[in-house]
Amino acid sequence: MVEEKRITTPLSDEIVKDLRAGDKVLISGVLYTGRDAAHKRLFDLLQAGEKPPVDLRGHVIYYVGPTPPRPGQVIGSAGPTTSGRMDRYCPALIAQGLRGMIGKGGRSKDVIEAMKTHKAVYFGAIGGAGALLAKKIKKSEVVAYEDLGAEAIHRLEVEDFPVVVVNDIYGNDLYQEGARRYSR
Amino acid sequence: MRQIKAQEITEAVKRLCMEANYDLGEDVLRAFDRALAIEESSLGKEVLEQLKENARIAREERVPMCQDTGYAVVFVELGQEASIVGGTLEDAINEGVRQGYREGYLRKSVLGDPIKRVNTGDNTPAAIHLHLVPGDHLKLTFIAKGGGCENMSALKMLKPADGVEGIKAFVVETVRAAGANPCPPVVVGVGIGGTFDMAALLAKKALLRPVGEPSSDPETDSLEQELLERINNLGIGPQGFGGRVTALAVHVEKHACHIAGLPVAVNLDCHAHRLKEAVL
Repeated sequence: MVEEKRITTPLSDEIVKDLRAGDKVLISGVLYTGRDAAHKRLFDLLQAGEKPPVDLRGHVIYYVGPTPPRPGQVIGSAGPTTSGRMDRYCPALIAQGLRGMIGKGGRSKDVIEAMKTHKAVYFGAIGGAGALLAKKIKKSEVVAYEDLGAEAIHRLEVEDFPVVVVNDIYGNDLYQEGARRYSR
Repeated sequence: MRQIKAQEITEAVKRLCMEANYDLGEDVLRAFDRALAIEESSLGKEVLEQLKENARIAREERVPMCQDTGYAVVFVELGQEASIVGGTLEDAINEGVRQGYREGYLRKSVLGDPIKRVNTGDNTPAAIHLHLVPGDHLKLTFIAKGGGCENMSALKMLKPADGVEGIKAFVVETVRAAGANPCPPVVVGVGIGGTFDMAALLAKKALLRPVGEPSSDPETDSLEQELLERINNLGIGPQGFGGRVTALAVHVEKHACHIAGLPVAVNLDCHAHRLKEAVL
């Protein structure tokens, strides 16, 4: 078993400097959710020079669109969606101070460059493990774009939310390195 | 002529939507255990263990194993000696999807128009594939098809001169290019031959076979084994973190084709391979 690093959001310089591709990390604190539709709106606001409805500086966005909760549940199943669909909008958010992203799947060159320049980290959560990951979410409330339903921006409070560092601030990429190591 | 009530079809589809999303099949769980036995990466093994745990939680707590509860794809095998009464087949299936996704707390992921992109609110319409067969039964096979793996699927009209080597290269390249996106370890459905449209449908039908059950045709079986080995040699591994298990199985279906053509389609399915059947 590889040792896990425990971190708390918002992410400081010290925290992101200590993270390396391949690290197992348990995140506690606040995560903001956002996927395709919310990203487009945030991006359009930034392009127009307007203030986004959520201050993302230092924060982490989780690319997720949960299932509806059953009565009594905090949230429905809540695993990551494919991050690449957010690549177009992502560098602008990183430039505004977004410090981390949680999703699954590879990122574009532009996003990876923005992460290096502005010291942001990309974490992979286990895609398809939505029932397991939901148990780490202790609170969920909609904070913006309620009309988007499952795609609205939610503020989540998480405890020991398990992720793996895919891209660190030094340009390392677990997907590339992992495949190199195990290919034959 | 045997009569089958539309209401029975609705009830069955509703149940299948929920069961597929809560109960991962025994064939997939056994494939996880086989994967654990050969996976070399410690991170990869942990991912596989967590997928087993996730499946257990979903089954016991009746919650969806994945938040993407899929596009409802329904294969219908209808005996020619049976007739459906009290409504149309299409309406009966869509009503089952509507009720199953609402009452099962499943996510509604279907947009009424691909350009306007407004959610239909009830996960309909389903993708329905109807096959008429001898007999008087009705068999429904439901797959909850996730968007992430569907997005990484591909079709290519190869030239006959590309031959079987061209087919293998295209299948392996599709899985390589997909990387971590389709939630590996994946199930790979391959359709070879037919027309443009048939190849895609064959690839999806190939996903219906129980995971890892060998093809009844020895040549196809050896092609599947070779493809599986080459795909797992890519090293992508569980969740793309690196490892020896990128695919749980490769299933190939073939069909007659035109002298000028060699269509090949690859339909990827994530490890949350959610498939259930009912016979009425």
